[in-house]
Amino acid sequence: MATTTSTQQQADVRFTQRELDGARILCECLIAEGVQIIFGYPGGVLLPLYHVFSEYPEIRHILVRHEQAAAHAADGYARATNKVGVCMGTSGPGATNLVTGIATAMMDSAPVVALTGQVTRSLIGRDAFQETDITGITLPITKHNWLVMDTADLATTIKKAFHIAGTGRPGPVLVDIPKDVFTSKTYFSGYPAEVKMRGYNPTVFGHARQIKQAAKLINEAQRPVLLVGHGVTTSEAYNELMELAERAEIPVISTLQGLSSFPTAHPLSLGMPGMHGNLHANHAINESDVLIAMGMRFDDRVTGNLKSFARNCKIIHIDIDPAEIGKNVPVHIPIVGDVKKVLQVLNLHVNAAKHTEWLEKITHWRGKDAARRENEMARLGVLPPQFIIKTLGEVLGGEAVITTDVGQHQMYVAQHFNFRKANSLISSGGLGTMGFGLPSAMGAKMALGENVPVWTVTGDGGFQMNMQELATCVQEKINVKIAILNNGVLGMIRQWQQVFYDGRYHSTPITGPDFVKLAEAFGVRAWRVTHRDEVARTIQEANDWDGPALIDFIIPQGENVFPMVPPGGSNLDAITEA
Amino acid sequence: MPTITANTGTKHTLVVLLEDEPGALNRVVSMFRRRSFNIESLSVGHTEEANLSRMTLTVAGEDNEVEQMVKHLYKVLEVVKVTDVTAEQSIIREMALIKVTADKPENRAEIMQFAEIFKARVLDVAPDSITLESTGPEDEVDRLFILLKRYGIKESVRTGSVAMLRGSSVAGAI
Repeated sequence: MATTTSTQQQADVRFTQRELDGARILCECLIAEGVQIIFGYPGGVLLPLYHVFSEYPEIRHILVRHEQAAAHAADGYARATNKVGVCMGTSGPGATNLVTGIATAMMDSAPVVALTGQVTRSLIGRDAFQETDITGITLPITKHNWLVMDTADLATTIKKAFHIAGTGRPGPVLVDIPKDVFTSKTYFSGYPAEVKMRGYNPTVFGHARQIKQAAKLINEAQRPVLLVGHGVTTSEAYNELMELAERAEIPVISTLQGLSSFPTAHPLSLGMPGMHGNLHANHAINESDVLIAMGMRFDDRVTGNLKSFARNCKIIHIDIDPAEIGKNVPVHIPIVGDVKKVLQVLNLHVNAAKHTEWLEKITHWRGKDAARRENEMARLGVLPPQFIIKTLGEVLGGEAVITTDVGQHQMYVAQHFNFRKANSLISSGGLGTMGFGLPSAMGAKMALGENVPVWTVTGDGGFQMNMQELATCVQEKINVKIAILNNGVLGMIRQWQQVFYDGRYHSTPITGPDFVKLAEAFGVRAWRVTHRDEVARTIQEANDWDGPALIDFIIPQGENVFPMVPPGGSNLDAITEA
Repeated sequence: MPTITANTGTKHTLVVLLEDEPGALNRVVSMFRRRSFNIESLSVGHTEEANLSRMTLTVAGEDNEVEQMVKHLYKVLEVVKVTDVTAEQSIIREMALIKVTADKPENRAEIMQFAEIFKARVLDVAPDSITLESTGPEDEVDRLFILLKRYGIKESVRTGSVAMLRGSSVAGAI
């Protein structure tokens, strides 16, 4: 109780002080914003801030081993909760190390606030020690950014930063704060209740007439298809999507980012389309007469060659970002708005319907695809990656959240994991950032707490990009589980070399450490699995272990992800074997 | 040397009102660069309202591409209002200063005549040169350049276009 009292006293002192330095103002603002966790790394110009952190026990600082991981962890935290994640780095190298994580969050619309220290105001522009123009560097990869040049502007800037990051189409916002802005004092009248920005007014509610037109088109459709993306997750429109799909009997195709917004095992779920998508999903898009796209941006990995994508249908596109509409494909009915809000109105106008003939056709394609998968699974050796992912889905049931790295294992997860829980896949889709898996899992785990198991599925390549974060997991007691699909090569790149570059495997064989020994060196429990029989049992054991755990799955080299659409090719020309 | 070049698409004139914050102009220009949109001309200055700048952008592109430019302009936080005045009745002007070689008396007379026809002002006369100020639609300024070229242009500078709607309509009424 003594500690509580002293904290209370400290808090009282805090609020009676009118004059505060920038460091304390920042902390007050972060607390007012509800920030509980910051993923960061200290440095010279941030010392005034770290100096006062102990006065603010409400904020927990997670010391990562590399700022890139801080940004990915904030991103994972944000995606797991749809709340704003916060990361921090010092000026210069600390700030530039955040860049890849910020760009990743930008491409996948994750709400992140990145705080960076900057050199003292009088040194800006002098090439001072550890100075970089981080607002200049991050201009194209942030939703917005600021350099705060006056302590008096700090509170409104932080308010604006969180508002912009978390509203409209979410995205990363960076606030760069010079060292002497942290140390100089100003009158602090409290965190602003609201901010007004003339140029920032996201459209949330869709246009009523266009929604009615869309409903009419859907009601008249013979072969409708829903194509859902990350916007369903960010607006938490799961029930509305389910209602629309079931009432009007419309099959649901999900982009990689949309995968866990609709249960994989649902009869109307067709899974992922595109480069490594299901053949029946690509066929369904191709033969649909009405395509209802929502919260997705027609990425080239989804569409394949635009000349042959969705040529025979009318497209309804719902997105909160007006600039996404008509960017890549011409749209017949554009609806700018939040997916959930739009669907709530749209569902009022959509009639119950059956599309028996259309679904039979899809079932026929699906059957062919299922046969191909069965053949594939039978052909594979003692420990096929597809089998591991399938088993992981079975053992974990509907509880776990999966983050992935980037590469073959990521596509195996997209193809073979049975997603039952809404928002249970966190993956770098837009930027395709290797090294994203472990740190984003740390962020998700911190956000979701003990009752939700968080696993990262990674490759031996991607894992080596941020494996130093095992130390963070141990020091901060972050209970994540790591499954490495270890084939000793950069699998996806090697696959391209095999299929498109005459099998000249240059620089794709990659050695790694003994991952079990490595994990143990960090203090992480670890297993090695080499046979199918051990998969389920080991996953269960790792999941039950109270602490971070790692499984090194030794998978065959040269196993490839199929189907595969050659880049720039039509989605109907997928290769199904090498 | 300015020449009249064929446009890849229709030329559009966009009037952009934006909040006068540090780096706002940079944000607009950077957006055009990274999205590979081409700016043909750009002029920017203060408006009658404090903290509000006004840009006139001349861009070339098909209608759908220009529509994308407008949408992406709105993603720049400082941008308050974008108006495509291309299809409107508008006044579009740019200004050029042209220093032309005029060392022969007969040339001087001709240059002065052209200046009068094009309503260009004579700003400076030296023994071997005349400096003109020409204000008008871009193509009018272009035509004067073509006429003066034969005498030898020593130096020239052109502003980007500025635009305003005719009548009592206001571009970017907010």
